[in-house]
Amino acid sequence: MATVTVSKKACSVNPLKMSQPIGGALAFMGLRGAMPLLHGSQGCTSFGLVLFTRHFKEAIPMQTTAMSEVATVLGGYENVEQAVLNIYNRTKPEIIGICSTGVTETKGDDVDGYIKLIREKNAAVAHLPIVYVSTPDFKDAFQDGWEKTVTRIVETMVEAPKSAARRDPTKINVLPGCHLTPGDLDELRTIIEDFGLEPTFLPDLAGSLDGHIPDDFTPTTIGGVGVEEISMMGQAGWTIAIGAQMRRAAEAMQQKTGVPFRLFERLCGLEANDALMAFLTEISGRPAPMKYRRQRGQLVDAMLDGHFHIGGRKLAVGAEPDLLNEIGGLLTEMGAQLLVAVTTTQSPVLERLPTEEVLIGDLEDLENLAKAKDCDLMVTHSHGRQAASRLKIPFFRMGIPMFDRLGGGHQLMVGYRGARDLIFDFSNLLMADHEDNHEPTPDSWRDGVGPSHAATSH
Amino acid sequence: MSSLSATIQDVFNEPGCGKNANKSEAERKKGCTKQLQPGGAAGGCAFDGAKIALQPLTDVAHLVHGPIACEGNSWDNRGAKSSGSNLWRTGFTTDINETDVVFGGEKRLFKSIREIIEKYDPPAIFVYQTCVPAMIGDDIDAVCKAAREKFNKPVIPINSPGFVGPKNLGNKLAGEALLQHVIGTEEPEYTTPYDLNIIGEYNLSGELWQVKPLLDELGIRIMACISGDGKYKEVASSHRAKAAMMVCSKAMINVARKMEERYGIPFFEGSFYGIEDSSDSLREIARMLIERGAPAELMDRTEALIAREEAKAWAAIAKYKPRFEGKKVLLITGGVKSWSVVAALQEAGLELVGTSVKKSTKEDKERIKELMGQDAHMIEDMTPREMYKMLKDARADIMLSGGRSQFIALKASMPWLDINQERHHAYMGYVGMVKLVEEIDKALYNPVWAQVRKPAPWEKSGDNWQSRAMAQAEAEAAALAADPVKAEEVRRAKKICNCKSVELGVIEDAILANNLSTVEGVRDATNASGGCGACAVRIEEILEQMVSASHAIAAE
Repeated sequence: MATVTVSKKACSVNPLKMSQPIGGALAFMGLRGAMPLLHGSQGCTSFGLVLFTRHFKEAIPMQTTAMSEVATVLGGYENVEQAVLNIYNRTKPEIIGICSTGVTETKGDDVDGYIKLIREKNAAVAHLPIVYVSTPDFKDAFQDGWEKTVTRIVETMVEAPKSAARRDPTKINVLPGCHLTPGDLDELRTIIEDFGLEPTFLPDLAGSLDGHIPDDFTPTTIGGVGVEEISMMGQAGWTIAIGAQMRRAAEAMQQKTGVPFRLFERLCGLEANDALMAFLTEISGRPAPMKYRRQRGQLVDAMLDGHFHIGGRKLAVGAEPDLLNEIGGLLTEMGAQLLVAVTTTQSPVLERLPTEEVLIGDLEDLENLAKAKDCDLMVTHSHGRQAASRLKIPFFRMGIPMFDRLGGGHQLMVGYRGARDLIFDFSNLLMADHEDNHEPTPDSWRDGVGPSHAATSH
Repeated sequence: MSSLSATIQDVFNEPGCGKNANKSEAERKKGCTKQLQPGGAAGGCAFDGAKIALQPLTDVAHLVHGPIACEGNSWDNRGAKSSGSNLWRTGFTTDINETDVVFGGEKRLFKSIREIIEKYDPPAIFVYQTCVPAMIGDDIDAVCKAAREKFNKPVIPINSPGFVGPKNLGNKLAGEALLQHVIGTEEPEYTTPYDLNIIGEYNLSGELWQVKPLLDELGIRIMACISGDGKYKEVASSHRAKAAMMVCSKAMINVARKMEERYGIPFFEGSFYGIEDSSDSLREIARMLIERGAPAELMDRTEALIAREEAKAWAAIAKYKPRFEGKKVLLITGGVKSWSVVAALQEAGLELVGTSVKKSTKEDKERIKELMGQDAHMIEDMTPREMYKMLKDARADIMLSGGRSQFIALKASMPWLDINQERHHAYMGYVGMVKLVEEIDKALYNPVWAQVRKPAPWEKSGDNWQSRAMAQAEAEAAALAADPVKAEEVRRAKKICNCKSVELGVIEDAILANNLSTVEGVRDATNASGGCGACAVRIEEILEQMVSASHAIAAE
């Protein structure tokens, strides 16, 4: 339905996009005892570290190979070796995940070759799991870095079962996209467990970045899916992949282990969750628990109550493809019009979005288009705050980074309950905006303008 | 790159820096930058440092030439405040792609500059070089020059790609760019005998505005603040100021010193953190301006203002004395480099623990500052368990430190207050110190601590992680006490120099083996204190102890 265009500007203004190495690093953070390592100059890591610290309000494990100018030109073998050994000695990780950056990709460091050599020369790390992903900054976006990293973890760490008989139909693999929060993962875990199934999440940010206080502190990730658990994912009955970005990883899993997968492009909204419930009923052989029947009723009621406020809204969304698909989809189903959709990278979901045009661009594009099309609701990450305040339209924060509000890590979207609460939050924001800025006055109808909510009426 | 490496050598050779001037020729060449350790490094790159130093210039378009990581992952994340334009908070980047990497990014950069001028028409554009375009040989100096000629507008190259070094080097390279391309290029509309530059102040949380009214009252004009709430034209014409104050340690000492050299603007290093420091700085500003021709009565007015503000601040702080009685603060900071923060906390009746703090000579102050700096460095490597034990052992009620230790301290259920860069409150000037004391009070007496320390209903008493941590720590201590060999091992394994990762045992062995008696000797033998140099005081202590121990043995 939608045409996808790429911004023609030479200069990106107010970026929506973040880089792929830190998307990859975040995926590694969903592994237990992990230390993500960016192969680049130290700023590559420190910018990502600050971004995640401010988003999750947690200490973030992330290291750097600290490439200097000279090392960059000569090649980074020694830096990678030293970094691996230092991390091994100081933090005793269960796994080190290495992502390349623009600097080291421009030179063309052969990191896989380095790792082989490091293992040969240093017995201590000969068997330490080390996964390398190529993620140059000058290509693709955050979501792509996540996708590539999860795929690579599946390819290198999951073991193929020796025989089909070893398969356990109650075990379920879940491959969540990076648009899901730790809160979403916890909700999904509960739902799947309520069907008597045992899910393994890869990556599992709910175990590491949900803010819990761990029993013992380590400088690596404080939870997440373990190396052993990952290796056994090949014995699961099914893989559930969430978001189109996870297709590659799910296919890699199927190819390597034969575990079939079901891809849910969306898990926010009524139909999406009906599909999930039907699927879980089918594979578990159990009917949907009463709890979810009640929750479905609550969601339907919330949709009825919320459509008064959301219906007719002119929506501008800036988000990575899968999040854009979820949120644009939900609000469109509630009667909003998705007039402006700006995203960061290519994806098959884009042309299926319920809108005319999707632009791969930045927040300047989002702001200008929202203004041109009279939008009266903006959804994007925290960096949209300046645009929304200039346009004087209600602003709903979703996605990474969310540094100027609390609870980004627990914002819930999946499940009947997630959609229900999200509808309430959107409706409440719009009601407050109406009370604060758009109450009718005796004069407001006379000039035929009325108390419009749109960007240009101010 | 040759001109960039020349600039780097030049900023390393900084006679205004006491630490640097004490080094040998060869040491100086190596520079003051900490050796970066792969897998053990923290902190930003030179590009980050340059951007931090210049981005608070509010009406300038800051254009980052590089892949999306450099700007996309970090834009609009600084707490500086502007009284006017918000252009500085707009993220501009060339976001170079694979094609640019292959064919060069200069064309995209030039087009980007044109787009910015057409859409935003700023008084100037700063173009920041990053690693990837530096590697592929994009000549930003040439592009900026071409753009300057074509659009008749200052387009300033900031040559500080991330991989040339750490953040503090970037601060200085940013200063060099200002000296080379900006300062002295325009003339002010008028001058007064009261024109002051403030250098190295970023107006975080708007804290400069806690001091500015006092300067306004005295008739002192901030001609240019480099760079907090600064404007391009002010910086460009700042060479006509009468005097300068350099804030924020040594980040921009090259700017202050070279402006003195080139334009005869004397400067002093001062601080507005703390009551005494604020007063000292105001006095020094007045003295310098008078020396440069301002009427002498400025000093009388300054003294009167100081007396009034001090009285007000001390009175406000005195109110907290009864509430702070017996309360102990663990102060760990290398950030807010002000002795008089300590003085203010003591004046409010707080006891400082963890660092031996007593008022005495200037050298002692320096020494304590360095010790605090070293501990701040160390704390990043600390586990929450160790931190909890430290708080417990020190019997501290609250910890004041930099942002990095925040989440660990809070997870230890310890009141904590941020006194470094990322803080949300402004602590500058007289009102700032009162604010700090207020915030400590708020943190200390918040009932939330009692709540969060309560055990969960399924926890047996004494079975939470805190008590387990303490029990574990005690068990380890007991095991060590019973095993002198192991205890000696642990003692010797204590890291003295964090930059070069040198342990106490290595230093002791070197001293004994080579009969060393100086820090330099230890440095040559072990590399310890060959990095940031903050551990030199510790090495002195070790030397003293070993010398007195060997004397004792000799006397026997």
